[in-house]
Amino acid sequence: MADELSKRDQRWQIRIRDLHKSFAAQQVLRGIDLDIERGKINIIIGGSGQGKSVFMKHLMGLLSPDRGHIFVDGQDIIGLGDVAIAKVQRKFGMVFQYAALFDSLNVVENIAFPLLERYRLPKKEVLERVRDLLERLDLARVPGIEQKYPAELSGGMRKRVGLARALVDRPEILLYDEPTTGLDPIATRNVDEMIRRTADDFGVTSVVISHDMASTFRIADRIAMLYEGVIIASGERREVMAAPHPVLKEFVETSGAVHFGGRAS
Amino acid sequence: MTASPAPPSPQTAPPELAPGRRFHPFALAVRAFAPLPGAVALFGEHVILLLRATLWLFRRPFRLRLFFDQMEFVGVGSLPIIMLVGFFTGAVTALQAILALSLFEQQRYVGFGVGISLARELAPVFTALMITARAGSGMATELASMKITEQVDALTTFAVNPVHYLVTPRLVASAVMLPVMCMVFNVVGLVGCYVVSVISYEIDFGQVLALFRHGVDPIDYIEGILKAFCFGVTMATCACYQGLNVRGGAREVGLATTRAVVSTSVTVLVLDYFLIEIMNVFFPYGGL
Ligand SMILES: Nc1ncnc2c1ncn2[C@@H]1O[C@H](COP(=O)(O)OP(=O)(O)OP(=O)(O)O)[C@@H](O)[C@H]1O
Ligand SMILES: [Mg+2]
Repeated sequence: MADELSKRDQRWQIRIRDLHKSFAAQQVLRGIDLDIERGKINIIIGGSGQGKSVFMKHLMGLLSPDRGHIFVDGQDIIGLGDVAIAKVQRKFGMVFQYAALFDSLNVVENIAFPLLERYRLPKKEVLERVRDLLERLDLARVPGIEQKYPAELSGGMRKRVGLARALVDRPEILLYDEPTTGLDPIATRNVDEMIRRTADDFGVTSVVISHDMASTFRIADRIAMLYEGVIIASGERREVMAAPHPVLKEFVETSGAVHFGGRAS
Repeated sequence: MTASPAPPSPQTAPPELAPGRRFHPFALAVRAFAPLPGAVALFGEHVILLLRATLWLFRRPFRLRLFFDQMEFVGVGSLPIIMLVGFFTGAVTALQAILALSLFEQQRYVGFGVGISLARELAPVFTALMITARAGSGMATELASMKITEQVDALTTFAVNPVHYLVTPRLVASAVMLPVMCMVFNVVGLVGCYVVSVISYEIDFGQVLALFRHGVDPIDYIEGILKAFCFGVTMATCACYQGLNVRGGAREVGLATTRAVVSTSVTVLVLDYFLIEIMNVFFPYGGL
């Protein structure tokens, strides 16, 4: 099995096997097995505190597991050194649940950060790409937004700036930790469209953590549910919907977005 | 991996004593030395951080702006307080020296006494302590709050190594600016000494200067500067270590700052002793 996992697979970009993680006495991840499909939107749902954010941080090596393996394009990223892991991390972009904007930089500098760090682009082009993203995320209308610092933004604005920062240099794999939580319905729809378009237009592999069932069913290609430290259901959206696990069924029906036997709203 | 391990806390887990054997000498010894492995590990982690930050210094990209920002923060920002403290340290030392020297009617040695105390001891140590209080605490607070708001993780997601981006510039800035500030302290301290001895006590300036020049050697200043350099490295390492290893929330940020200031101050004073011993081997003190 190990041989098969350590080859680059056409379909699966990230393969997670038997991932365990504890914090002190608390076991958060108890043996996660999951495959992430290349170029598709892979949504992970699950209750609050079930370890979704912790799981996502493992994917790009921000946390190291107690046990288990993560293969990114056939390369096991567990136990890599500083420089080797940095090379893998170049494939990734991440939208943090609480934005994690750099306090000491203003909005433009925050969004341009990945570009300035990685490439030598002319200033004008950088600014153009930043402004384009601000426009697409409905931020351009906010007066003076470009020179504002993170502390001067609302929660939803911060979130979208964080999104822009992750999107600006179009990484191969994008991890979104609750990209739409706390946004109004219109902004939510725009962000959803943006995630969908990024995946379709650039073939970006997306992993999205979401609480929002309506948007999950709107944009997901694949759905996985994390419950008590393991993946209890995963597969194509249709598969998962056709024969839902009882916990998943309850979770989804309570949200009111979808009724099994009916249609997605 | 970039996830940093928790600082091993030396307070934890003194081995429980079996009831009735409370005063067994061996158990007491075990208890007394229980924090030792933790302390050694803690020291080791500081050294590792220092080594990593030093190695990253030679890797591209060189973000010069970060270096200059930090130098400004550590150096220029500390200038007023260093000048204030330096002046009064020089003045007070001069006062005390004059008091002592007047027993022998030898007040003209004041420039020598104050000059050498400042150069070898007062300037490097006081500079280190003042800059720790100001800039070291600032570094620890800034890194700790970046850590708990996931900004450090965010750096990693752009394949920027946090040690490279955050620690290396602070380390270099401290190592460069502490010696500079130490020299400023020396100069201002001598001005303080001049004001007290020549202006206020009317001791003959020519004699004070002559004895100062006779007794204080450039080696004294070199020793002081070398010490300031070591203290700068110590300060940046302790502050960044505490900042990057914080866990939790706002309360922990405050604790990290406190720990950074305390650990730097203690290390500076202990290190001072050993540095003197080492330097005495290389530059034996000549005296007058
Ligand atoms: N650095 C940490 N140290 C200790 N415990 C942690 C740490 N990070 C997460 N945990 C614990 O792990 C569990 C899972 O946290 P996580 O943030 O992954 O939840 P989540 O599924 O993302 O929840 P939410 O939907 O509310 O964001 C929580 O119980 C949390 O207390
Ligand atoms: Mg979360």
